[in-house]
Amino acid sequence: MAQVRIPTPLRRLTHGQEVVQADASTVGELIAVLEQNYPGFKDRLLDEKGQVRRFINIFVGEEDIRYLQALDTPLQQGTEVSIVPAIAGG
Amino acid sequence: MRASYPPAALQLREEMAVRRARLLTCDSVLDLIGGTPLIRLRNLEPPGVELWAKCEFANPGGSVKDRPALQMIRDAEADGRLTRDRIIIDSTSGNTGVAYSLVGAALGYRVKLVMPANVSAARKQITAAYGTELVFSSELEGSDGAIRLVQKIVAADPDRYFYPDQYSNESNPRAHYLGTGAEIVAALGDRLTHFVAGVGTSGTVMGVGRRLKEHRRPDGGRVTVVAVEPDDALHGLEGLKHMASSIVPRIWRPAECVDQILPMPTEEAWEMTERLKEAEGLFVGHSAGANVAASVRVAQDLARRGERGCIATVLCDRGDRYFVPLRWETCYG
Repeated sequence: MAQVRIPTPLRRLTHGQEVVQADASTVGELIAVLEQNYPGFKDRLLDEKGQVRRFINIFVGEEDIRYLQALDTPLQQGTEVSIVPAIAGG
Repeated sequence: MRASYPPAALQLREEMAVRRARLLTCDSVLDLIGGTPLIRLRNLEPPGVELWAKCEFANPGGSVKDRPALQMIRDAEADGRLTRDRIIIDSTSGNTGVAYSLVGAALGYRVKLVMPANVSAARKQITAAYGTELVFSSELEGSDGAIRLVQKIVAADPDRYFYPDQYSNESNPRAHYLGTGAEIVAALGDRLTHFVAGVGTSGTVMGVGRRLKEHRRPDGGRVTVVAVEPDDALHGLEGLKHMASSIVPRIWRPAECVDQILPMPTEEAWEMTERLKEAEGLFVGHSAGANVAASVRVAQDLARRGERGCIATVLCDRGDRYFVPLRWETCYG
Protein backbone atom coordinates (compact mmCIF):
# COMPACT_ATOMS: atom_id res chain seq x y z
CA MET A 1 0.00 0.00 0.00
CA ALA A 2 1.31 3.47 -0.89
CA GLN A 3 0.24 6.55 1.06
CA VAL A 4 -0.76 9.27 -1.40
CA ARG A 5 -0.74 12.90 -0.22
CA ILE A 6 -3.46 14.81 -2.05
CA PRO A 7 -3.12 18.57 -2.79
CA THR A 8 -6.03 20.88 -1.88
CA PRO A 9 -7.29 21.34 -5.49
CA LEU A 10 -7.79 17.55 -5.86
CA ARG A 11 -9.37 16.89 -2.46
CA ARG A 12 -12.86 17.29 -3.85
CA LEU A 13 -12.20 14.09 -5.81
CA THR A 14 -11.19 12.27 -2.60
CA HIS A 15 -14.17 13.62 -0.62
CA GLY A 16 -11.87 15.89 1.37
CA GLN A 17 -9.30 13.25 2.34
CA GLU A 18 -5.73 14.57 2.59
CA VAL A 19 -4.13 11.13 2.41
CA VAL A 20 -5.46 8.08 0.60
CA GLN A 21 -4.10 4.55 0.34
CA ALA A 22 -3.61 2.71 -2.93
CA ASP A 23 -2.23 -0.68 -3.77
CA ALA A 24 0.16 -0.37 -6.72
CA SER A 25 3.68 -1.38 -7.69
CA THR A 26 4.53 1.63 -9.91
CA VAL A 27 3.46 5.29 -10.13
CA GLY A 28 1.64 4.55 -13.41
CA GLU A 29 -0.35 1.79 -11.75
CA LEU A 30 -1.03 4.05 -8.80
CA ILE A 31 -2.65 6.67 -11.06
CA ALA A 32 -4.84 3.94 -12.62
CA VAL A 33 -5.94 2.82 -9.13
CA LEU A 34 -6.66 6.41 -8.09
CA GLU A 35 -8.73 6.90 -11.25
CA GLN A 36 -10.73 3.77 -10.44
CA ASN A 37 -11.38 4.79 -6.83
CA TYR A 38 -11.73 8.53 -7.42
CA PRO A 39 -12.70 9.23 -11.06
CA GLY A 40 -11.12 12.39 -12.50
CA PHE A 41 -7.52 11.84 -11.36
CA LYS A 42 -6.16 10.55 -14.66
CA ASP A 43 -7.23 13.55 -16.77
CA ARG A 44 -5.86 15.94 -14.21
CA LEU A 45 -2.45 14.27 -13.92
CA LEU A 46 -1.80 12.90 -17.40
CA ASP A 47 -1.89 14.49 -20.85
CA GLU A 48 -3.51 12.97 -23.93
CA LYS A 49 -0.34 10.94 -24.60
CA GLY A 50 -0.52 9.40 -21.15
CA GLN A 51 2.50 11.32 -19.85
CA VAL A 52 2.51 13.30 -16.60
CA ARG A 53 1.46 16.87 -17.38
CA ARG A 54 4.43 19.26 -17.41
CA PHE A 55 3.10 21.35 -14.55
CA ILE A 56 2.31 18.44 -12.23
CA ASN A 57 5.07 17.29 -9.89
CA ILE A 58 4.82 13.82 -8.43
CA PHE A 59 7.25 12.93 -5.66
CA VAL A 60 8.06 9.44 -4.42
CA GLY A 61 9.46 10.09 -0.97
CA GLU A 62 11.53 13.24 -1.53
CA GLU A 63 12.37 12.63 -5.21
CA ASP A 64 10.59 14.04 -8.25
CA ILE A 65 9.68 11.08 -10.49
CA ARG A 66 11.12 12.99 -13.48
CA TYR A 67 14.54 12.20 -12.00
CA LEU A 68 13.57 8.60 -11.23
CA GLN A 69 11.83 6.35 -13.76
CA ALA A 70 8.82 8.60 -14.40
CA LEU A 71 5.61 6.53 -14.47
CA ASP A 72 7.64 3.31 -14.17
CA THR A 73 9.10 4.39 -10.81
CA PRO A 74 8.59 1.42 -8.47
CA LEU A 75 6.72 1.81 -5.18
CA GLN A 76 7.66 -0.03 -2.01
CA GLN A 77 5.22 -0.99 0.71
CA GLY A 78 4.30 2.13 2.69
CA THR A 79 6.04 4.58 0.32
CA GLU A 80 4.76 8.13 0.50
CA VAL A 81 3.72 9.67 -2.83
CA SER A 82 2.97 13.42 -3.04
CA ILE A 83 1.18 15.24 -5.83
CA VAL A 84 2.38 18.85 -5.77
CA PRO A 85 0.83 21.52 -7.99
CA ALA A 86 2.06 25.06 -8.76
CA ILE A 87 1.55 27.83 -6.28
CA ALA A 88 -1.37 30.16 -6.73
CA GLY A 89 -1.62 33.84 -6.27
CA GLY A 90 0.47 36.64 -4.81
CA MET B 1 8.51 41.59 -39.40
CA ARG B 2 11.63 42.28 -37.34
CA ALA B 3 12.73 45.78 -36.52
CA SER B 4 15.85 46.97 -38.36
CA TYR B 5 17.50 50.32 -37.84
CA PRO B 6 19.21 52.63 -40.37
CA PRO B 7 22.39 54.38 -39.04
CA ALA B 8 20.56 57.63 -38.22
CA ALA B 9 18.03 55.75 -36.09
CA LEU B 10 20.83 53.94 -34.28
CA GLN B 11 22.45 57.26 -33.44
CA LEU B 12 19.10 58.56 -32.17
CA ARG B 13 18.74 55.45 -29.99
CA GLU B 14 22.14 56.10 -28.44
CA GLU B 15 21.26 59.73 -27.77
CA MET B 16 18.00 58.65 -26.14
CA ALA B 17 19.83 56.13 -23.96
CA VAL B 18 22.19 58.83 -22.72
CA ARG B 19 19.31 61.22 -22.07
CA ARG B 20 17.43 58.51 -20.19
CA ALA B 21 20.48 57.65 -18.11
CA ARG B 22 20.80 61.33 -17.13
CA LEU B 23 17.19 61.29 -15.86
CA LEU B 24 17.74 58.08 -13.96
CA THR B 25 19.88 59.24 -11.06
CA CYS B 26 18.05 58.68 -7.80
CA ASP B 27 18.46 58.61 -4.03
CA SER B 28 17.14 55.19 -3.16
CA VAL B 29 16.42 51.83 -4.73
CA LEU B 30 12.77 52.59 -3.91
CA ASP B 31 12.82 55.42 -6.47
CA LEU B 32 13.38 52.78 -9.14
CA ILE B 33 10.01 51.16 -8.45
CA GLY B 34 7.43 51.89 -11.15
CA GLY B 35 7.85 53.92 -14.32
CA THR B 36 8.52 50.70 -16.21
CA PRO B 37 8.77 50.69 -20.01
CA LEU B 38 6.06 49.44 -22.34
CA ILE B 39 7.34 47.17 -25.07
CA ARG B 40 5.50 46.52 -28.32
CA LEU B 41 5.07 42.83 -29.17
CA ARG B 42 5.06 43.33 -32.92
CA ASN B 43 5.77 39.73 -33.84
CA LEU B 44 2.66 38.51 -32.04
CA GLU B 45 0.26 41.12 -33.45
CA PRO B 46 -2.46 40.25 -35.95
CA PRO B 47 -3.08 42.97 -38.59
CA GLY B 48 -4.71 46.13 -37.24
CA VAL B 49 -4.10 45.44 -33.55
CA GLU B 50 -1.29 46.88 -31.41
CA LEU B 51 -0.01 44.73 -28.55
CA TRP B 52 1.92 46.37 -25.71
CA ALA B 53 3.39 44.83 -22.56
CA LYS B 54 4.44 46.63 -19.40
CA CYS B 55 7.90 45.38 -18.37
CA GLU B 56 7.28 44.90 -14.66
CA PHE B 57 10.38 42.72 -14.45
CA ALA B 58 12.28 46.01 -14.74
CA ASN B 59 11.35 46.89 -11.15
CA PRO B 60 14.38 46.54 -8.84
CA GLY B 61 12.90 43.51 -7.05
CA GLY B 62 12.37 41.90 -10.45
CA SER B 63 8.57 41.79 -10.42
CA VAL B 64 5.31 43.74 -10.49
CA LYS B 65 5.01 43.12 -6.74
CA ASP B 66 7.44 45.90 -5.86
CA ARG B 67 4.65 48.38 -6.49
CA PRO B 68 2.02 47.04 -4.03
CA ALA B 69 4.66 46.16 -1.39
CA LEU B 70 5.96 49.74 -1.37
CA GLN B 71 2.47 51.25 -1.38
CA MET B 72 1.22 49.02 1.46
CA ILE B 73 4.25 49.90 3.60
CA ARG B 74 4.19 53.64 2.80
CA ASP B 75 0.44 53.90 3.50
CA ALA B 76 0.82 52.01 6.79
CA GLU B 77 3.71 54.25 7.87
CA ALA B 78 1.62 57.30 7.05
CA ASP B 79 -1.38 56.31 9.18
CA GLY B 80 0.59 54.73 12.02
CA ARG B 81 -0.22 51.02 11.47
CA LEU B 82 3.48 50.34 10.87
CA THR B 83 5.88 51.45 13.58
CA ARG B 84 9.60 50.77 14.03
CA ASP B 85 9.06 48.07 16.66
CA ARG B 86 6.91 45.89 14.41
CA ILE B 87 7.95 43.11 12.08
CA ILE B 88 6.36 43.13 8.63
CA ILE B 89 4.75 39.72 8.06
CA ASP B 90 2.67 38.33 5.20
CA SER B 91 1.98 35.20 3.21
CA THR B 92 3.32 35.13 -0.33
CA SER B 93 3.98 32.83 -3.23
CA GLY B 94 7.35 34.52 -3.56
CA ASN B 95 7.44 37.72 -5.58
CA THR B 96 5.66 39.83 -2.97
CA GLY B 97 8.12 38.33 -0.50
CA VAL B 98 11.08 39.53 -2.53
CA ALA B 99 9.44 42.96 -2.74
CA TYR B 100 8.77 43.18 1.02
CA SER B 101 12.35 42.09 1.68
CA LEU B 102 13.75 44.77 -0.60
CA VAL B 103 11.51 47.58 0.70
CA GLY B 104 12.00 46.42 4.31
CA ALA B 105 15.79 46.42 3.91
CA ALA B 106 15.77 49.85 2.26
CA LEU B 107 13.62 51.35 5.03
CA GLY B 108 15.11 49.41 7.96
CA TYR B 109 12.21 47.10 8.87
CA ARG B 110 12.46 43.44 9.80
CA VAL B 111 10.48 41.11 7.52
CA LYS B 112 9.03 37.65 8.10
CA LEU B 113 7.30 35.65 5.35
CA VAL B 114 5.13 32.58 5.16
CA MET B 115 5.50 30.73 1.84
CA PRO B 116 4.38 27.32 0.62
CA ALA B 117 7.38 24.96 0.91
CA ASN B 118 7.42 24.43 -2.86
CA VAL B 119 8.06 28.05 -3.95
CA SER B 120 11.02 28.26 -6.31
CA ALA B 121 14.46 27.98 -4.75
CA ALA B 122 15.40 31.31 -6.35
CA ARG B 123 12.74 33.13 -4.36
CA LYS B 124 13.64 31.46 -1.08
CA GLN B 125 17.28 32.43 -1.67
CA ILE B 126 16.63 36.04 -2.68
CA THR B 127 14.40 36.75 0.33
CA ALA B 128 16.78 34.98 2.72
CA ALA B 129 19.70 36.97 1.27
CA TYR B 130 17.98 40.17 2.41
CA GLY B 131 17.90 38.80 5.96
CA THR B 132 14.20 37.97 5.87
CA GLU B 133 12.94 35.21 8.17
CA LEU B 134 11.09 32.45 6.29
CA VAL B 135 8.37 30.12 7.55
CA PHE B 136 7.15 27.35 5.25
CA SER B 137 3.58 26.08 4.97
CA SER B 138 2.47 22.78 3.42
CA GLU B 139 3.38 22.35 -0.24
CA LEU B 140 0.06 20.57 -0.76
CA GLU B 141 -2.05 23.53 0.33
CA GLY B 142 -0.58 26.24 -1.91
CA SER B 143 -0.98 29.91 -1.10
CA ASP B 144 -4.19 29.34 0.88
CA GLY B 145 -2.23 27.17 3.33
CA ALA B 146 0.25 30.04 3.71
CA ILE B 147 -2.62 32.50 4.33
CA ARG B 148 -4.03 30.28 7.10
CA LEU B 149 -0.61 29.88 8.73
CA VAL B 150 0.25 33.60 8.72
CA GLN B 151 -3.13 34.40 10.30
CA LYS B 152 -2.36 31.91 13.07
CA ILE B 153 1.09 33.41 13.70
CA VAL B 154 -0.27 36.97 13.83
CA ALA B 155 -3.22 35.99 16.07
CA ALA B 156 -0.80 34.49 18.60
CA ASP B 157 1.19 37.73 18.94
CA PRO B 158 -0.69 40.61 17.28
CA ASP B 159 1.36 43.48 18.76
CA ARG B 160 4.59 42.12 17.39
CA TYR B 161 3.65 42.31 13.74
CA PHE B 162 2.41 44.57 11.00
CA TYR B 163 0.39 42.25 8.73
CA PRO B 164 -0.34 44.10 5.47
CA ASP B 165 -2.42 41.16 4.12
CA GLN B 166 -1.90 41.77 0.41
CA TYR B 167 -5.15 39.96 -0.44
CA SER B 168 -7.29 42.39 1.56
CA ASN B 169 -5.24 45.60 1.51
CA GLU B 170 -6.65 48.40 -0.65
CA SER B 171 -3.16 49.89 -0.96
CA ASN B 172 -2.37 46.95 -3.24
CA PRO B 173 -4.76 47.97 -6.07
CA ARG B 174 -4.06 51.62 -5.20
CA ALA B 175 -0.42 51.11 -6.24
CA HIS B 176 -1.67 50.15 -9.68
CA TYR B 177 -4.33 52.84 -9.79
CA LEU B 178 -1.75 55.54 -9.03
CA GLY B 179 1.16 53.90 -10.87
CA THR B 180 0.71 51.18 -13.49
CA GLY B 181 -2.69 52.40 -14.73
CA ALA B 182 -1.73 56.05 -14.91
CA GLU B 183 1.51 55.15 -16.70
CA ILE B 184 -0.35 53.09 -19.31
CA VAL B 185 -2.78 55.96 -19.97
CA ALA B 186 0.10 58.41 -20.25
CA ALA B 187 1.92 56.20 -22.76
CA LEU B 188 -0.91 54.90 -24.94
CA GLY B 189 -3.58 57.50 -24.24
CA ASP B 190 -6.62 57.50 -26.44
CA ARG B 191 -5.41 54.61 -28.61
CA LEU B 192 -5.91 52.09 -25.78
CA THR B 193 -8.91 49.78 -26.22
CA HIS B 194 -8.16 46.81 -23.93
CA PHE B 195 -6.25 45.91 -20.78
CA VAL B 196 -5.54 42.27 -19.98
CA ALA B 197 -4.10 40.92 -16.69
CA GLY B 198 -4.06 37.73 -14.67
CA VAL B 199 -5.57 37.48 -11.23
CA GLY B 200 -3.46 36.50 -8.21
CA THR B 201 -4.29 38.88 -5.40
CA SER B 202 -6.16 40.77 -8.19
CA GLY B 203 -4.35 44.01 -7.25
CA THR B 204 -3.10 44.69 -10.79
CA VAL B 205 -6.36 44.18 -12.64
CA MET B 206 -8.47 45.98 -10.00
CA GLY B 207 -6.16 49.00 -9.69
CA VAL B 208 -5.32 49.43 -13.37
CA GLY B 209 -8.93 48.58 -14.25
CA ARG B 210 -10.32 51.37 -12.05
CA ARG B 211 -7.87 53.89 -13.46
CA LEU B 212 -8.64 52.94 -17.06
CA LYS B 213 -12.39 53.04 -16.48
CA GLU B 214 -12.02 56.72 -15.63
CA HIS B 215 -10.46 57.34 -19.02
CA ARG B 216 -12.77 58.13 -21.86
CA ARG B 217 -11.58 58.10 -25.47
CA PRO B 218 -12.56 61.03 -27.73
CA ASP B 219 -15.01 58.69 -29.50
CA GLY B 220 -16.69 58.20 -26.11
CA GLY B 221 -15.47 54.60 -25.81
CA ARG B 222 -14.01 53.10 -22.66
CA VAL B 223 -11.24 50.61 -22.19
CA THR B 224 -12.36 46.96 -21.94
CA VAL B 225 -10.77 45.21 -18.94
CA VAL B 226 -10.10 41.46 -19.21
CA ALA B 227 -9.06 39.39 -16.18
CA VAL B 228 -7.25 36.09 -16.76
CA GLU B 229 -7.54 33.14 -14.41
CA PRO B 230 -6.40 29.51 -14.59
CA ASP B 231 -9.04 27.29 -16.21
CA ASP B 232 -8.82 24.62 -13.50
CA ALA B 233 -8.19 24.29 -9.77
CA LEU B 234 -5.13 22.17 -10.51
CA HIS B 235 -2.96 24.35 -12.73
CA GLY B 236 0.63 25.35 -13.42
CA LEU B 237 0.31 29.12 -13.55
CA GLU B 238 2.32 30.12 -10.53
CA GLY B 239 1.11 33.44 -9.18
CA LEU B 240 -2.41 33.16 -10.57
CA LYS B 241 -5.48 32.09 -8.61
CA HIS B 242 -8.41 29.90 -9.63
CA MET B 243 -11.05 31.84 -7.75
CA ALA B 244 -13.77 29.18 -7.54
CA SER B 245 -11.46 26.85 -5.58
CA SER B 246 -9.50 29.44 -3.55
CA ILE B 247 -9.85 31.80 -0.63
CA VAL B 248 -11.20 34.78 -2.60
CA PRO B 249 -9.17 37.98 -1.96
CA ARG B 250 -11.24 40.75 -0.40
CA ILE B 251 -9.89 43.26 -2.94
CA TRP B 252 -11.27 41.15 -5.85
CA ARG B 253 -14.52 42.91 -6.74
CA PRO B 254 -14.74 42.33 -10.50
CA ALA B 255 -18.15 44.00 -10.85
CA GLU B 256 -16.42 47.36 -10.28
CA CYS B 257 -14.20 47.34 -13.37
CA VAL B 258 -13.76 43.92 -15.01
CA ASP B 259 -15.69 43.34 -18.25
CA GLN B 260 -14.63 39.78 -18.98
CA ILE B 261 -12.95 36.87 -17.19
CA LEU B 262 -10.91 34.67 -19.51
CA PRO B 263 -10.08 31.12 -18.31
CA MET B 264 -6.57 30.17 -19.42
CA PRO B 265 -5.31 26.59 -19.85
CA THR B 266 -1.83 26.04 -18.39
CA GLU B 267 -0.51 24.52 -21.64
CA GLU B 268 -1.50 27.53 -23.75
CA ALA B 269 0.20 29.92 -21.32
CA TRP B 270 3.35 27.79 -21.17
CA GLU B 271 3.52 27.64 -24.97
CA MET B 272 3.25 31.43 -25.16
CA THR B 273 6.03 31.73 -22.58
CA GLU B 274 8.23 29.71 -24.94
CA ARG B 275 7.12 31.70 -27.97
CA LEU B 276 7.93 35.02 -26.30
CA LYS B 277 11.59 33.99 -26.12
CA GLU B 278 11.79 33.13 -29.79
CA ALA B 279 9.50 35.83 -31.20
CA GLU B 280 10.42 38.80 -29.00
CA GLY B 281 13.57 37.88 -27.08
CA LEU B 282 11.67 38.07 -23.79
CA PHE B 283 12.33 35.41 -21.16
CA VAL B 284 9.46 35.79 -18.69
CA GLY B 285 7.58 33.74 -16.10
CA HIS B 286 4.44 31.72 -16.78
CA SER B 287 2.00 34.30 -15.43
CA ALA B 288 3.38 36.77 -17.99
CA GLY B 289 2.93 34.03 -20.60
CA ALA B 290 -0.70 33.68 -19.53
CA ASN B 291 -1.23 37.44 -19.85
CA VAL B 292 0.24 37.55 -23.35
CA ALA B 293 -1.60 34.40 -24.46
CA ALA B 294 -4.88 35.98 -23.35
CA SER B 295 -3.97 39.27 -25.06
CA VAL B 296 -3.22 37.45 -28.31
CA ARG B 297 -6.64 35.76 -28.08
CA VAL B 298 -8.35 39.15 -27.62
CA ALA B 299 -6.27 40.57 -30.51
CA GLN B 300 -7.22 37.71 -32.83
CA ASP B 301 -10.91 38.12 -31.98
CA LEU B 302 -10.67 41.81 -32.91
CA ALA B 303 -8.80 41.04 -36.15
CA ARG B 304 -11.38 38.39 -37.13
CA ARG B 305 -14.14 40.95 -36.74
CA GLY B 306 -12.12 43.41 -38.80
CA GLU B 307 -11.78 45.80 -35.84
CA ARG B 308 -8.71 47.78 -34.86
CA GLY B 309 -7.41 47.72 -31.33
CA CYS B 310 -4.63 48.57 -28.92
CA ILE B 311 -4.12 46.10 -26.08
CA ALA B 312 -1.92 46.54 -23.01
CA THR B 313 -0.84 43.76 -20.68
CA VAL B 314 1.76 43.08 -18.00
CA LEU B 315 4.97 41.02 -17.95
CA CYS B 316 4.98 40.18 -14.23
CA ASP B 317 8.49 38.81 -13.82
CA ARG B 318 11.42 37.17 -15.61
CA GLY B 319 11.83 33.46 -16.29
CA ASP B 320 15.08 33.15 -14.37
CA ARG B 321 13.19 33.57 -11.11
CA TYR B 322 12.09 29.96 -11.53
CA PHE B 323 15.58 28.49 -11.90
CA VAL B 324 16.90 25.96 -9.45
CA PRO B 325 20.30 27.23 -8.21
CA LEU B 326 23.32 25.28 -9.30
CA ARG B 327 25.21 23.30 -6.70
CA TRP B 328 28.24 25.58 -6.59
CA GLU B 329 26.27 28.80 -6.26
CA THR B 330 26.02 30.64 -2.95
CA CYS B 331 23.24 29.40 -0.69
CA TYR B 332 21.55 31.76 1.74
CA GLY B 333 19.39 30.69 4.66
